[in-house]
Amino acid sequence: MKPNGFLAALVRFAESGEFREESYALPRAGKTALDLDTPENRWLAAAQHAEKPAAARFAAWFARRGMAVFDSLYRVLSVLICCTLIGVLLAVVCFLPPFGSAENPTVNEVVERYVCHTVDETGATNAVAGMISAYRGFDTLGEAHVLFVAACSVIVLLRVDAGARGRRRPDPAQTGRDMEYEPNGDLILRRVAGLLVPLAFLFGLYVVLNGTSSPGGGFSGGALMGAGLILHAVAFGFERTERFFGDAVYHLVKTACLAAYALLMAYFIYMGANGLDDHVWLGIPGTILSGGLILPINLAVGLEVACTMYCFYALFRKGGL
Amino acid sequence: MALVQNFPFITIVFSLTCGVLCAVLPGRGAKRLCLGWLALTTAMSGAVLRFTLTTDGSFLYRMGKWGAPFGNELRVGVLEALMATAFSGVMLLSLLGGMRHIFADCEPGKVNLYFTMCALLMSSLFALIYTNDLFTAYVFVEINTIASCALVMLRSSDRTLVATTRYLIMSLLGSGLFLLGIVTLYGITGELLLESIAEKVQALFAAGQYSLPLTVIIGFFSVGLAVKSALFPFHSWLPDAHGSATPSSSAILSGLVLKGYIIVLIKIFYRVFGLEIIVSEQVSRFLLLFGVLAMLVGSVNALRERDLKRLLAYSSVAQVGYIYVGIGLHSELGMVAACVQILAHALTKPMLFICAGGFMDVSGGHKDLAAITGAGLRDPLGGAAFSVGALSMMGIPFFAGFVTKLELARGALEAGPVTLGITFAALAVSTLLNALYYIPIVFNLYTRPRDGAWAGVRQRYHWEYAAALAAFIALNLGFGMGSDWVVGAIRRGLALFGM
Repeated sequence: MKPNGFLAALVRFAESGEFREESYALPRAGKTALDLDTPENRWLAAAQHAEKPAAARFAAWFARRGMAVFDSLYRVLSVLICCTLIGVLLAVVCFLPPFGSAENPTVNEVVERYVCHTVDETGATNAVAGMISAYRGFDTLGEAHVLFVAACSVIVLLRVDAGARGRRRPDPAQTGRDMEYEPNGDLILRRVAGLLVPLAFLFGLYVVLNGTSSPGGGFSGGALMGAGLILHAVAFGFERTERFFGDAVYHLVKTACLAAYALLMAYFIYMGANGLDDHVWLGIPGTILSGGLILPINLAVGLEVACTMYCFYALFRKGGL
Repeated sequence: MALVQNFPFITIVFSLTCGVLCAVLPGRGAKRLCLGWLALTTAMSGAVLRFTLTTDGSFLYRMGKWGAPFGNELRVGVLEALMATAFSGVMLLSLLGGMRHIFADCEPGKVNLYFTMCALLMSSLFALIYTNDLFTAYVFVEINTIASCALVMLRSSDRTLVATTRYLIMSLLGSGLFLLGIVTLYGITGELLLESIAEKVQALFAAGQYSLPLTVIIGFFSVGLAVKSALFPFHSWLPDAHGSATPSSSAILSGLVLKGYIIVLIKIFYRVFGLEIIVSEQVSRFLLLFGVLAMLVGSVNALRERDLKRLLAYSSVAQVGYIYVGIGLHSELGMVAACVQILAHALTKPMLFICAGGFMDVSGGHKDLAAITGAGLRDPLGGAAFSVGALSMMGIPFFAGFVTKLELARGALEAGPVTLGITFAALAVSTLLNALYYIPIVFNLYTRPRDGAWAGVRQRYHWEYAAALAAFIALNLGFGMGSDWVVGAIRRGLALFGM
């Protein structure tokens, strides 16, 4: 829907006070005059023909010029509101503590604990990993499910169901839908992708596994692996990608990862809250096998992020996995 | 630590997992899992409520090995447990009541995702109710936002897409302001835990430091959460979203989702800033003013509306106004009134939306007022439930809505003469307006259509629809007649809240 059409629909809605199917079916981009034939505007038409009291003249004028005036008012007001917000935010920033100063309120015992005790309490030499996956692991569990709910929403919006899928691909030249086109198998692209895709997976896995001891972790490593999957699909076509990563694999990996993550986190929280020993071996700090539960959590998050990234791409590109 | 004390955390974490599992089950299986889980969470929250009432106290629940400022924390008191029990119960009943519509409105391959969204929404509501940490609140506000947009979108049609777009834009604007508030507050206090922030904020306020940032932060929180809970000037997204979704979605969105954000706002106001700062910053006056305007504007718009579900949505705008008036009275009685209204509206509006769905069944899928003439005769149980809901909305004694109005009036009596006058006038006018649009609908429901339309049509009752409506009627009447117990529990909860 084009912005003008959408805006026109909004204004009609605001004026009529009603919500009609046809007010959204308007494809009249750029056309700003109101349609006087619809029932809700008949009184306006009648008003034009009547004797001219001020209200009727105003109504007639509004019917002719209302949209244009509204458009310009809308723009002026939105710029004004944005400028006010920018001004307020700049003023607030002037009053905030200076960035990076050691006397800031944010430098307190919490930060000190994260910096000084992450290694002996969580087993991770990467303090960020220790903080997001162990100290504040509950937030990160929520964050992983934000990705999940976003992926599900995109599936709701874009997945094309109803028997079209599963049968043989229709000929795109006939249906005219560009989502049916397969990549054209460019040789250079395939060669380069053939080199890059394994590297992307390897590097992604490396970043995930070393998340406890070096910068990285599930989210960044998962993004790398997701990029590898997307590159594979772009270069070799969806049919080749679907051979090893289709709907079933996607759901299996994603469910297993998130359920395992939630179970691990629940175990950790339950044991911690009830003051029980959780019997987790923290590992040797600085090696791959370190960080206790952080390593499996990183793996689960990494796979989930890779799935989500590919899922977004595939849904936008061809309306299904 | 007793086993019951683990229930809040279990309800939050395993609601997430329930949502994940629903995404891979077929529609019917997802439905069974989701309904079963919701029944279980209702029972567990009820056990927590019983525990807090018998031990007469609140408790902190450490989320993990490390204590509060380093890790996350939940806080469970009478009020939280009461809200959690009511919310999961209402969620269960809303899903049951609109089940037929869910399966008719969603694409067959995507029905299971409806239950995914409901489970995730429930989890985020639990988290918003229980959390003691601002950032956790933000994470679950995100889940809440996306899941509720998806609930509107799952009924695929042109209008739901436009409604979802508007809802998403407004809702994200609110989230953005909320996040800016959290970030700025963290910048000047260095804390995320509610109690720790409260200490620092009191000290800063007493010393007169950072007064501009503090004012702006309160503004960000109020405006952000007001946009998300559809307070008057920001309500324009609500009628589309709630009016066009499937009945269960409308019920859940107006009964529960709006309230989740308001609970966060109440927590921030009363546990972070405290009454004095809120009063001295004049925030409560704005909230009172916009609450009163919402009561009037919502009702006037509802009066002009000819589409039943959009009418109910506008009525929600007015009812959210009542909650904000209660908060704006900035007294303990006002807060009691706000909490009572949260519960009363959560018990009433979902019932009305479910009834609207039932009337659509017996009126050929139409939902404008002319088409549903006589629907109460064709669907007697729906008609009875709608009448109960309408009486409750008008504030007739023995129904849930009356308790709100009584408590609001009580709260206003304590306030100054101007506030008292405004609140009483708004209550009177709004009650009148409510009666003006609800009574004609009820009469309309029991009028035989002149042209003999839908003559032989009868509602084919399914146990889910019937049980949900019966439970809603019972709860509404129970709330209206046994309000002493509820109001007492809310008082105790608020006392534990640090009021």
